[in-house]
Amino acid sequence: MSGNKHQNKDTSSLQSVVSDWSADKQSFDMPWGKLMMWIFLLSDTFVFSIFLTSYMNVRMSTTAVWPSSSEVFALTIAGHHIPLVLIAIMTFILITSSGTMAMAVNYAYQGNKQKTVYLMMATALLGASFIGMQAFEWTKLIVEEGIRPWGNPLGANQFGAAFFMITGFHGLHVSAGVIYLLVIAKRVHQGKYQKKGYQIVEITGLYWHFVDLVWVFIFAFFYLW
Amino acid sequence: MMEQNTKTQQAELHSEPQHPISMYLKVWLLLFLLSGFSYMVDYFQFQGLLRWTLILVFMFLKAGLIIMVFMHLTWERMAVKLLLFLPPIAILIFIALMASEAGYIFISRILFFFNP
Repeated sequence: MSGNKHQNKDTSSLQSVVSDWSADKQSFDMPWGKLMMWIFLLSDTFVFSIFLTSYMNVRMSTTAVWPSSSEVFALTIAGHHIPLVLIAIMTFILITSSGTMAMAVNYAYQGNKQKTVYLMMATALLGASFIGMQAFEWTKLIVEEGIRPWGNPLGANQFGAAFFMITGFHGLHVSAGVIYLLVIAKRVHQGKYQKKGYQIVEITGLYWHFVDLVWVFIFAFFYLW
Repeated sequence: MMEQNTKTQQAELHSEPQHPISMYLKVWLLLFLLSGFSYMVDYFQFQGLLRWTLILVFMFLKAGLIIMVFMHLTWERMAVKLLLFLPPIAILIFIALMASEAGYIFISRILFFFNP
């Protein structure tokens, strides 16, 4: 395998794709765990795309008025009525957590165990606060606005179904990501990857960035449309 | 086999491209700005084509930064990029199909619900 290293210099041409697939070696030159994470994320892309596409379909085909997300998710803070403010804060928090995660991966490859653990914990904490805000948002929508998956007083019935399904599935991913981060951070702290290498931090990072990536699309299509 | 795996992984550990922390901070700042811009699209209530153009431009810029820099796809081999970018073409086709289907259902509903 190390004999092929000199060929691997060329990484961006189509010729490199042909040689990756036709040579007598594994096609993807990366740890299997990382490849499996990429393939899982690709399949998850399809799941979220189908949710967002069905949301687009029901929203375009309904004859009822679609509730204005700008108003539904507005908050009154200190007497000021600010549209969509909670969602904006959640977006900034998730982006910040992606930044800390990227730095955790960087420190992991430098072999700086302590900083990696701290940054992963910070990422998990930001993720947990994101879930907390989402719980607040759900409570407000269910209790105060009376929005249900089968109907709501603001307009099109499909609004609740699409909202709870899409943000719920995303929230589930964030929750799973927080647990995943904490488990891996604990194992890094215990020194379990000292010999094996720290690819696992990058793999965890891929998952976490993906959660952020999905939120970018949800933010654009569900909240800004 | 195990031994070989460890060896490969260690070889990769050393050849892993190192990036300065400042690069991540710059991208982070850029993502913050882009998120701020897309929030402003709603705040100033831009409508119509302008709204959609801005939303989509900011969305794709953010998504691109996350995938290419944070997820390190820029430094992956072409085979990996194709693995990740070719299948989603099916999604684009599906979206186009569903959009045209939604238009058809909408017109049918208008015709049959409101035109007795």
